[in-house]
Amino acid sequence: MDGIHDLGGMQGFGKVPHTNNSLSYKPVFHEDWEHLAYSLLFLAADKLKNFSVDELRHAIERMDSRHYFSSPYYDRIVIGTATLLVENGVISQEELNEFLGAEFKLARPYWSEGRVGKSGRSAFEVGDLVEVRNEFVSGHIRMPGYVRGKQGVILHRTSVKWPFPDTIGHGKAAVAEPTYHVRFKMSDLWGTAGDDGFVVVDLFESYLDKVTLPSAEGQKSSQSQKALAALV
Amino acid sequence: MSHETPSKTDTTPAERARALFKALAAKNLIPDGFIADFTRKMEVDWDPANGARVVARAWVNPEFRELLLKDGTAACEEFGYTGPQGEYIVALENTPKLQNVIVCSLCSCTNWPVLGLPPEWYKSFEYRARLVREGRTVLRELGEDLPDDVTVQVWDTTAETRYMVLPVRPEGTEGMSEEDLAKLVTKDVLIGTARPKAPSRSIA
Repeated sequence: MDGIHDLGGMQGFGKVPHTNNSLSYKPVFHEDWEHLAYSLLFLAADKLKNFSVDELRHAIERMDSRHYFSSPYYDRIVIGTATLLVENGVISQEELNEFLGAEFKLARPYWSEGRVGKSGRSAFEVGDLVEVRNEFVSGHIRMPGYVRGKQGVILHRTSVKWPFPDTIGHGKAAVAEPTYHVRFKMSDLWGTAGDDGFVVVDLFESYLDKVTLPSAEGQKSSQSQKALAALV
Repeated sequence: MSHETPSKTDTTPAERARALFKALAAKNLIPDGFIADFTRKMEVDWDPANGARVVARAWVNPEFRELLLKDGTAACEEFGYTGPQGEYIVALENTPKLQNVIVCSLCSCTNWPVLGLPPEWYKSFEYRARLVREGRTVLRELGEDLPDDVTVQVWDTTAETRYMVLPVRPEGTEGMSEEDLAKLVTKDVLIGTARPKAPSRSIA
């Protein structure tokens, strides 16, 4: 979903509000309600098994864009959790309104059914050159937009598989996939309008295609090899 | 108008959180002690001192270091530092020429049991937007001005891997105990925005 939450690379933001090692990180919570956000999320997701954390991420992404941007972090967790509990019929909008004494604004309804992954392909190997599929997905997806269509090199394939987010993020049973740590050159992502260095993104198998280098003769092949070497 | 529309318009995050709590409590869906237990985990158990102990062990024990880099989950499990949001752990090895740094551009994913809950600045729109594009600049602004020959490598936490940075052991720490070494490893060092520094020698 190409929403406001997909912030990676967006320009116009000022300084990060922090100086290294300036905080004690105690107390963990600065206001007396903040612990409720994750507690109620884990109560609903883990204890009541009412939804997955993927659905929670998607519920927060479904918040109206202005609502998302004007709500503090833990508030968004509360709103996402409340949205799913209402959508799943555990509590009602009216009950929330009554306890709040005002309209409890929830996230927007789903506008996508989600999708299934591309199962049945052979796994990629460490060192493979891969391209992020040039796909536009209206529902939940764990591919930040800045790597769409870009090429990178696999550093790691996970030894565990997890349900495909684009399916389970919509409350549906999903096929499990490994993910890959794919390394991209920052200059391939931002040209000269960014710093140098690398970005590694942890991508589900279905988001990727293997790039087959032209096996044949001469110039073309050596150029591709050079491109690959530059990425590794 | 039959149905009363609540008239209050300005509500606070605190009021919304309590309203959700009350709606669930009214249906007896909150087991006794659940919130207190989970809050204790968040406030006490999940702490950057955990990650610091893991790093210090890796600095003094080559076998443990090898395990940490090969199977971070198993290494952290030796200390009991696994759990929610820390079930598949990968340690990122810094070198004098490579600085790894962690972000979650899409939300706030963090290795909770090893690093503690993410701080506000890590969840800020500024950090999420900027780090993947101008990592070197962000680190400089945060106080870590890296030489040009150090490569910045940003890790965007976009799936189930939860990272921790394994920093380079600073020079001048020879002979320090594992416990004292752990004190050099701050939360920001584990996230990767800071490098550990040897303690300055006291003038005796």
